[in-house]
Amino acid sequence: MEIRDDILDDRERIGFRLRELYHSHGFSRYRMGKFEEYDLYSRNKDFLLSDGVITFTDTNGRLMALKPDVTLSIVKNIRDRGEGLEKLYYCENVYRVSEGADGFREETQVGIECMGRIGKRTIGEVLEMAAESLGALDEKWVLEVSHLDLLSAMVDGVALDGDMRDRILRCAGEKNPHGISEICREAGLRAGAEEALLTLLSVYGPPRQVMPAVRKLAEENGCGAYARELGEIVAAFAGTDAADKIWIDFSATGDPKYYNGIAFKGFIEGIPDPVLSGGQYDALMRRMHRKDRAVGFAVFLNRLDGLAEAYPASGESVSRAQSSGSEPLGRKEKEAGDE
Amino acid sequence: MSGNSLMNVALPKGRLGEKVYSLFAEAGFECPAILENSRKLIFENTDAGVRYFWVKPSDVAIYVARGAADIGVAGKDILLEYRPEVYELMDLGIGKCRMAVAAPKDFRENPERTLRVATKFSRIARDYYGSMGRDIDIIHLNGSIEIAPILGLSDVIVDIVETGTTLKENNLEVRETIVPISARLIANKSGFKFKRAAIERLMAGLGGAGK
Repeated sequence: MEIRDDILDDRERIGFRLRELYHSHGFSRYRMGKFEEYDLYSRNKDFLLSDGVITFTDTNGRLMALKPDVTLSIVKNIRDRGEGLEKLYYCENVYRVSEGADGFREETQVGIECMGRIGKRTIGEVLEMAAESLGALDEKWVLEVSHLDLLSAMVDGVALDGDMRDRILRCAGEKNPHGISEICREAGLRAGAEEALLTLLSVYGPPRQVMPAVRKLAEENGCGAYARELGEIVAAFAGTDAADKIWIDFSATGDPKYYNGIAFKGFIEGIPDPVLSGGQYDALMRRMHRKDRAVGFAVFLNRLDGLAEAYPASGESVSRAQSSGSEPLGRKEKEAGDE
Repeated sequence: MSGNSLMNVALPKGRLGEKVYSLFAEAGFECPAILENSRKLIFENTDAGVRYFWVKPSDVAIYVARGAADIGVAGKDILLEYRPEVYELMDLGIGKCRMAVAAPKDFRENPERTLRVATKFSRIARDYYGSMGRDIDIIHLNGSIEIAPILGLSDVIVDIVETGTTLKENNLEVRETIVPISARLIANKSGFKFKRAAIERLMAGLGGAGK
């Protein structure tokens, strides 16, 4: 069956393309309802991207919520796989208060989740899917990749308590070295105590340029294993077209209560916010009494609106059977001769 | 060079913005048209690869967070109050002042009473008193904060203090410094990825100015 490209709206078009991509890589569709018990979100408030949740009392008296998040529901509903591996994709609407927006908005996100026996190979595959997702949207993208355990180990080397740790992590996410130095000074640390951490945050760029420095720094600070893991996972991109679009960048952070290991964010030129966000969330699995490990990401389709408006549908048909390696939906034609 | 490839810079209108422009020009991002006396708000120099625009100081972070500007210069007070999703790349070490609690000279705080705090910076005030477990009532004002305690609207104020002259003239004094403030170079997280070379060149040129 063929679907004419021009009868789909922008989000549908992009959504179909990504679903096709995940399906072709062996991921199964996970469907869910729009409601979930509010308790799930109240217990994991910090995990949500938005502070607000739309709630209502169901006919049986239970307090329900319109889903503000997809991952929590999947974690709650999928059983532990032990030695197996569950590979899922979804395309769902969620209800959030967006950054800087007044009131709730309905947002569409497409993503994948892997749960079960997760090793470097699966993490690498998820990272590859993230890169392919960005490539399917546009030609000008960057996927920044970090290792939260490595970052945490370096932060723990200077932080005296949990509050100081949180403040330093926030500064790391802001690429704010002067803020980190200020926090260390206030805490009475010896001058230069934060030097190794600042060096780690100051190196960012394609792996071939920065990994040697990251490895050296990590070895010197007793966390070489994390750097080796990071290096092995991103090595899969060496020599590919994506090699220079994958950036090691330790400002890609996450709340250690939920996230660990590899974390990443995807950016497209001209779109101010990350359009893709993901990583490992074994810590969330433990909080929800799950034994499996997990890794995944989400693509935020609402954030692509600017891109779709600037580069409208070509009017060509998109076959469901078309290969996932097709050209980006974005600005290819427009960019020719633009520079 | 196409419009998209220029580095878009949001400058805060006023004396601070003029000082920032001088620093940027010295760092290799000159745009002489900006010095001409006109009502224009947008200026570009394609040879230097830069486009400047003047915006209200409190709006700089919005332009940067929303990607209309790749970089900008905003006070730490604005960053603490609104927590925009931006990179805070450098402390430029200019526009120095402090966020402080001030009160009438004869004010004696009663810890058993809710403290009434007038301020433009509700989040900063809430975080500061929250960290001490102090119960407060925030009265959000948009200007002339100093008169709030004089008219009995509040007990204290939380505001920016530069020289302290305005406080003195209104019979107020600084009781606590909450945080030192200065101008920060901020960048859009996505813009930073795609205009990295220009932003790093600017930062290298500003090296002596920041810390």
